[in-house]
Amino acid sequence: MPQPVNAELGQLSELFMLLASIAYVVALIFFVLDLVKSSATIGTLEARLAGEKAAPVLAGVGGRGSGPTAESVPTRAETADDSMDYGRGPRRGTARVAVSLTVLAAVIHGAAVVTRGVAAHRVPWGNMYEFCTTGAFLVAAIFLITLTRKDLRFVGSFVVGLVVIMLCAATVGFPTPVARLIPALQSYWLIVHVSIAVASSALFTITFAMSVLQLLQTSREAKLMAGKPDRARFLRLVPSALSLENLSYRLNAVAFVGWTFTLMAGAIWAEQAWGRYWGWDTKEVWTFVIWTVYAGYLHARATRGWTGTRAAWLSIVGYLCIVFNFTIVNIYFSGLHSYSGV
Amino acid sequence: MKQDVTQDATGRDCAQGTKPDVVLPSLGFLGTLRWAWTQLTSMRTALFLLLLLAVAAVPGSLFPQRPANPAVVTQYIQDNPESGPVLDWFQLFDVYSSVWFSAIYLLLFISLIGCVVPRAAAHFRAVRSKPPRTPKRLSRLPVYGTLEVSAARARDAGLTPSSAAEQAAAVLRKRGYRVDVRDAGTDRPSVGAERGLAKEFGNLVFHTSLIGVLVSVAVGGLFGYNGQKVVVEGESFVNTLIGYDSFNPGSNFTDDQLDPYSIRLDSFDVRFDREQESHYGQPLDFTANITTQDGPGEDEEQQVLKVNAPLTIGGTNVYLVGNGYAPVVTVRDGEGNIASQGPVVSVPSDGLYTSLIVIKAPDAKPEQLGFVGFFLPTAFVDEQGVSFSRDPDPFNPQLNLNSYYGDLGLDDGTPENVYVLDTENLTELNSRNNDDGGIVLGVGQTYDLPEGKGSITFDGLKRYAALDIHHDPGELGALVFSTLALLGLSASLFIGRRRLWVRTGEHPDGRIMVEYALLARGEDHRLPAEGDAVAKLLADRWLVPSGTPEENSTQDAAASTAVGTGQSHHNAKDT
Ligand code: HEM
Repeated sequence: MPQPVNAELGQLSELFMLLASIAYVVALIFFVLDLVKSSATIGTLEARLAGEKAAPVLAGVGGRGSGPTAESVPTRAETADDSMDYGRGPRRGTARVAVSLTVLAAVIHGAAVVTRGVAAHRVPWGNMYEFCTTGAFLVAAIFLITLTRKDLRFVGSFVVGLVVIMLCAATVGFPTPVARLIPALQSYWLIVHVSIAVASSALFTITFAMSVLQLLQTSREAKLMAGKPDRARFLRLVPSALSLENLSYRLNAVAFVGWTFTLMAGAIWAEQAWGRYWGWDTKEVWTFVIWTVYAGYLHARATRGWTGTRAAWLSIVGYLCIVFNFTIVNIYFSGLHSYSGV
Repeated sequence: MKQDVTQDATGRDCAQGTKPDVVLPSLGFLGTLRWAWTQLTSMRTALFLLLLLAVAAVPGSLFPQRPANPAVVTQYIQDNPESGPVLDWFQLFDVYSSVWFSAIYLLLFISLIGCVVPRAAAHFRAVRSKPPRTPKRLSRLPVYGTLEVSAARARDAGLTPSSAAEQAAAVLRKRGYRVDVRDAGTDRPSVGAERGLAKEFGNLVFHTSLIGVLVSVAVGGLFGYNGQKVVVEGESFVNTLIGYDSFNPGSNFTDDQLDPYSIRLDSFDVRFDREQESHYGQPLDFTANITTQDGPGEDEEQQVLKVNAPLTIGGTNVYLVGNGYAPVVTVRDGEGNIASQGPVVSVPSDGLYTSLIVIKAPDAKPEQLGFVGFFLPTAFVDEQGVSFSRDPDPFNPQLNLNSYYGDLGLDDGTPENVYVLDTENLTELNSRNNDDGGIVLGVGQTYDLPEGKGSITFDGLKRYAALDIHHDPGELGALVFSTLALLGLSASLFIGRRRLWVRTGEHPDGRIMVEYALLARGEDHRLPAEGDAVAKLLADRWLVPSGTPEENSTQDAAASTAVGTGQSHHNAKDT
């Protein structure tokens, strides 16, 4: 017999969740500050360069041909390193604070997720509140893990902003006290299916952010090429559209395999629960649609004339489908999956 | 640029051997066919069909679908007399079996076959052929580096350009490359090497497995069957056609496919959450205790059936998909005879098991009797005098019924829905709105109908289990093929297909020079790292001091900034 839930621990978890949200908001502020500040720094740097026009001085500024050298400023649109490695640009203290705060927030957030699970004596992904909070934690964790290898701080405000939104949606939109699982969810496939789904969605969240930046960067690059003034100066912190596209492709590939597995595990679970592995239930339809859109994205990357901007749009559409699936479909569409505990 | 070595860049467009921009056909029927085929199997068409399939799947989630919910569809058409039939004409209530949806996926799969077959043939050839020839100028490839072995060391080790090439080939072979040594014995021998053919193989497996999945689904649709049965405590189900409440045979189904096993529901246990304020009354456990028998005269076996844990018996899987209450009711007719007696299955409409119930007594004389209303497990009355249920457990079970008499319309042979009472041709006896009022019955109570039409007694309460019984011979195939697809996909996405060349030569002063270069097919961000790894292996082989020569490291650095990710080198090289 399963033990009763531990309500006090559940409340502790909610407190942690609140603290984590606050820490994320502060981190978000620092990320935005970093964008503003770095943009200003680069601005003065460029002004000085423009005044001096002296190449030898520049060598020390940007490092291996990736910084704002005199010839690269007008032609190449980006100043962040295209390989997205660390240690080539000027030091960004504010960004460091932002990352540290995100780490702190993620640790508290992790504690919140774990205590929730312990309180309920099960994995903490049995209803919308839990999908949202665990999902947000994964987004933050994956972002931080990627940060250890690549300098993705330029998407920090974007990613942490999304985490904050997810936490708000959870606490305001679907507040649910800890509880045991209804029989339909009592299956280890819940652990497999939902965890991979949430992890893949977290990855797709990051690539979504990168694809949006990619589109902005593309149009900015085109404008600069045409000799127009730079309107979106903060994008100088962002790598070139091409490097964004390449990295988001790699992440999307991983996420797509995850999503394929989600779909399969879901089918296996459906077979156990309802006797058929596929029945075009609303939720299944949307999982399929998302899968097909991202398969289209992968194809686009191999199709002449479809790489770059079009592929980025497909990645964005895919993510919008994920959001739609998670919100509108869960809440308003009826179907066999309507037990998300809204 | 680099056409000489990147010949296979065109191989990415699927239709092999076709020019990218197809000239309009001026060549009659066959030519048109060939043109159409080329179009259909082009990557662009595949992409278009894929996206179209995604869009086409959406309406199925917006409109009720017949296979899942025929009654809801009928209702929808009735409620929308204008748009309903139009939507129906466009098959929007049968999206996944509609002509247009089928057309899209069939075209997609034809395109897929047209794509996989030539690719498989090309891959077969590639596997059997030697690694591609060594480009003239290795330094133009995305990752390039050099090593040198000092004259003294070369002399000590007896190293010549040819033996260096042989040894490089051995090192590469050990690292999983297919290798081929060319121009051995000349002054500029070279090694061509290739690795990661499994990438393409994975891609082929993935696409082929998708066909396998589709075929498995079709097999299930042709030879499978499924049916539903509601079993009340104490009753049995026998797996024969008449045993089912509803039955959906596949297109090739025959009666003799059914194994006449039987399942008796001994008891049905339900547990609701009683601890938690916020989830009070939420279900925690459903357990059907059953006795099965593989056939008449076989041994009985006691088993437990739960949600998410189907029972396998007689080539079928049996699932617990629902449950509810079946009040036991006796109806007496105007002549005092029992017109119907036994448990009546009620349909829960919410989490508190407020259940709809319909009782029909076609044998009642002189007039047939019908009842429709609610069963409430724990009945309460609100301020407006309306009864409602406050708990899913039967703490105060109550029937709230209206009654009718007349012709129930069961005798003309049209299939009836036991859960619906068509009151159109009936005369109302009891109702909340007429003088006699509605019927309210607790367990053990009897109500005498007005005008001496008879009586109704609520004898007791039983639970029932709703079972789904499925037989799907395509299931295993679908599982196997989708697993293969997943493996193939991972191989295809994560294995890097790389070509590597090494060329050796000797300086007049006796130093042995080694150049190496790598090229990825498709995108490969790990290419520079692979270059470094191979350089290190070669350096170790020839005992080059670990601080590799200056020239080598600069070259490599240039390459690695340029080739941060597979594609960027094109641009970077040009700047
Ligand atoms: C049922 C429909 C299809 C689905 C779901 C699908 C899915 C995918 C996926 C997920 C990939 C990326 C993985 C990989 O690189 O191997 C891929 C790659 C590929 N697909 Fe498909 N595909 C379908 C139909 C087709 C068709 C009809 C063609 C031929 C016209 C095709 C040709 C290719 C090619 C050439 C690649 C390799 C792309 C590359 O080199 O990166 N696929 N497909």
